[in-house]
Amino acid sequence: MNNLRTLLEAKKSKNEKILSIYLTAGFPDPQTTLLLLKTLAEAGVDLIELGAPFSDPQADGPVIQDASQQALRAGMKIPALFPIIKEFRQVSDVPVILMGYANPFMKYGWQRTVDEAVAAGANGFIIPDLPPEESRDFREKCRKAELDLIFLVSPVTTVERIAAISKMTTGFIYAVSVAGVTGERQHLPDATTMFLHRLREQTSQPVLVGFGVSNSETAKNLARISDGVIIGSAIIRLISESKNTKESCEKVSDFVRKIKLGLGECA
Amino acid sequence: MNSNLIKKNAAFLPDKNGRFGDYGGRFVPEILMSAITELEQEYEKAKDDPEFHKLLSYLHAEYTGRPNPLTYVDRLTEETGGAKIYLKREDLNHTGAHKINNVLGQLLLARRMGKQRIIAETGAGQHGVATATVAAKFGLECQVYMGEVDIERQQLNVFRMEYLGAKVIAVKSGSRTLKDAINEAIRDWVTNVKNTFYCIGSVVGMHPYPMIVRDFQSIIGQETREQHLKKEGRLPDAVVACVGGGSNAMGMFYPFIEEKNVQLHGVEAGGRGPDVGDHAATLTYGEPGILHGMLTYMLQTEDGQVADVHSISAGLDYSGVGPEHSWLKDTGRANYTSVTDAQALEAMALLSCSEGIIPALESAHAVAYGLELAKTMRPDQSIVICLSGRGDKDMESVFALAEKGVIA
Repeated sequence: MNNLRTLLEAKKSKNEKILSIYLTAGFPDPQTTLLLLKTLAEAGVDLIELGAPFSDPQADGPVIQDASQQALRAGMKIPALFPIIKEFRQVSDVPVILMGYANPFMKYGWQRTVDEAVAAGANGFIIPDLPPEESRDFREKCRKAELDLIFLVSPVTTVERIAAISKMTTGFIYAVSVAGVTGERQHLPDATTMFLHRLREQTSQPVLVGFGVSNSETAKNLARISDGVIIGSAIIRLISESKNTKESCEKVSDFVRKIKLGLGECA
Repeated sequence: MNSNLIKKNAAFLPDKNGRFGDYGGRFVPEILMSAITELEQEYEKAKDDPEFHKLLSYLHAEYTGRPNPLTYVDRLTEETGGAKIYLKREDLNHTGAHKINNVLGQLLLARRMGKQRIIAETGAGQHGVATATVAAKFGLECQVYMGEVDIERQQLNVFRMEYLGAKVIAVKSGSRTLKDAINEAIRDWVTNVKNTFYCIGSVVGMHPYPMIVRDFQSIIGQETREQHLKKEGRLPDAVVACVGGGSNAMGMFYPFIEEKNVQLHGVEAGGRGPDVGDHAATLTYGEPGILHGMLTYMLQTEDGQVADVHSISAGLDYSGVGPEHSWLKDTGRANYTSVTDAQALEAMALLSCSEGIIPALESAHAVAYGLELAKTMRPDQSIVICLSGRGDKDMESVFALAEKGVIA
C-alpha cells in the first residue's frame, strides 16, 4: 500500500496533525539536499515535497525563485532527483512527493518520469501548472503506477470545481491559503479561516494548507481547521541564511521540532 | 472588428478546451482558473452584443484612426523587381503600432467586468504604451511590467507610459526581458485576481487569450482583404508578418486561413545566428513545451528549462510563440522563417530611404523577408507586408549601433 495513504490514515485515527516540508532539490547543492532530507526525517517531519527547480516558476515568490535559480546553476535537473530519493529511501520511509512545473517533466518524458519515480521510491506528484483540465493522461499514468497526484484548491475555486477536484485528487487536497504566490506571511487574513471551514464541509479528503505559513502560531491556527500544514519558503530562507551545511541542518531541525511541538497542541 | 467573421469562425478553433490541434490549453495555477473562465464567459457575451461591436468600431474610427491605408510602395517594388509590394500601415495607428487593436477590445471587456485595475507586460513597450493610453482614456489604474534589459533599450516608451499615468515596474528576475515580464504579471494576477484585469499583449498565454487577442487583431487581415480586393480586384498572393508572440501575424493571417491561394509567411527573429541564446526564432528552432499557460513551440534547454533568447528588437525577444502559430506550422498552412539582426537593420534603412517610412525593428524583419519573397515572384503578383509599428522608438538604439560602427 502506498505509504502516503498509510500515513494519512494513521494520523487521522490518532487525531494528529501533519507537517509537510518543501525543499528545492539541488539548493544550495544536490549533496546538501540529501542531508537535509535526512535531517527532516529525523526531526519528525511527516511528509516531504521535493521541488524540481524551473527557470520560470510563475506561482512562486522571490525566496523559492532564487533557490530555483541557484539549484539550476548547481546542475540540478529531473534525472538527478531520483538518485537522491533512492538514497534517502535507504534510511527513511517518510513519503516524498515530487513538486514541479510541467515543462521539465514533459521534456524528460511523462512516462519516464513516472517509471523512475516509482523505481526511486517517490510517492506522488504536485504540478501547480497542470490543473485537472490538462492532467488526464498524466493522471492515468500515475494511477497505473500507484502514485498519488495531488491537486490544489484556492480561495477562489468554485464549489463545482472543489467537488470535481475532491474526486480527482489522491492523497490529499493542497489548499492554497491566500490568493498569491508562495512566500512567508506574518498574518493570514480572516478569509483564510472561512475558506478552510467551507472547504472541509465540501470534501472528505484530507486537507493540507500551504502558502504563507511561516511560524508556529500560524501553523497551529491553520492546523486546527485542517489536517495539517505545508511550509516551504520559511525553510528555504533558513537554509540560505546559514553559513554552511551543518548550520542549515541545525536550523532546519530546530525549526521543524518547534512547529511539530505546536502542532501537537492541536490534536 | 468584423463581427460576422468572428461568428463564422467561432465554430472553428480553438475547441472548447482552448486547443488548436494539440496546442494551447490552460496550464495555469488553480487560482487563475476562475478568472480565465469568467473572462471567457464575458467575451462570449460581448461577441454576441451588437453594442460592444458598435462601441469598438466607433473607437477604432475616431480614436485609433482606422482603417489605416494599404500603401503600394512603388520605389521599393521597382528596386526589388518582382511582385507588387503593399504595406499594411499599422504604424499609422494611434500609439504607433498594431497593439492598440487588442488593447481597446480587452479594456472594453475589463470595463464590462467592472475591473478597475489593469496590468500588462511589455517587451518593446508598444503594448505597454497602448495599455497605458487606453487605461488613461477609460480612467483605469494601470501597472506595466517590463524587463530591465528592455527598459534600457526602449527608454522613450517608458517615459510615454509614465507620462500617461501608468506605473512601470522593472522586472529583475531571469533574463529580464519579455518572458520574465509575463511571469511577473502572472504573479501579480494570482495575488490580485479579484479586482485586476490582465491585458495580455499577444496571442499567447492560457486560453482564452490567444483566441481573444487574435479576434481583436484580425481587423488587420480583414481590412487588408477588402483594401486589396478594391485595388487589385483579387486577394494578395502572399501576406508577410513578423512573429514574436505573433499577434500582428495572427491578425493578418486569420482572415486568410481558408483562402488556400494566399500564402502565409511568418518571420521570426534570427538574431545573431542559430546557436541557442543568439536568436528568438521559436518556430524555426524550437520544440513543443509548456510555457506561460500554453502548450506551444518554445525555446528550451535539453533539461526543459526556458532558454535565453536574443533579438535586436525587444518586441520579438520571446522564448515562446502563440499556440495557433504552432498549429499553422504543423499543418503546413503557414510558412515560418527567420531573418537576422543585420538583415532587419538593412531592411529598415532601405524602407526609410526609398519610401520615407521608418519601420519598427520588429516590422523590419517582415520587410526583409518580404523583399526576398517578392524577388522570387512575378510582377503581376502581389504581396502584403504587415508594417506592425513605426520605428521612432528604435531611433536611439539604431544611432547607438551606428556610432559603434555596427551599421552604416
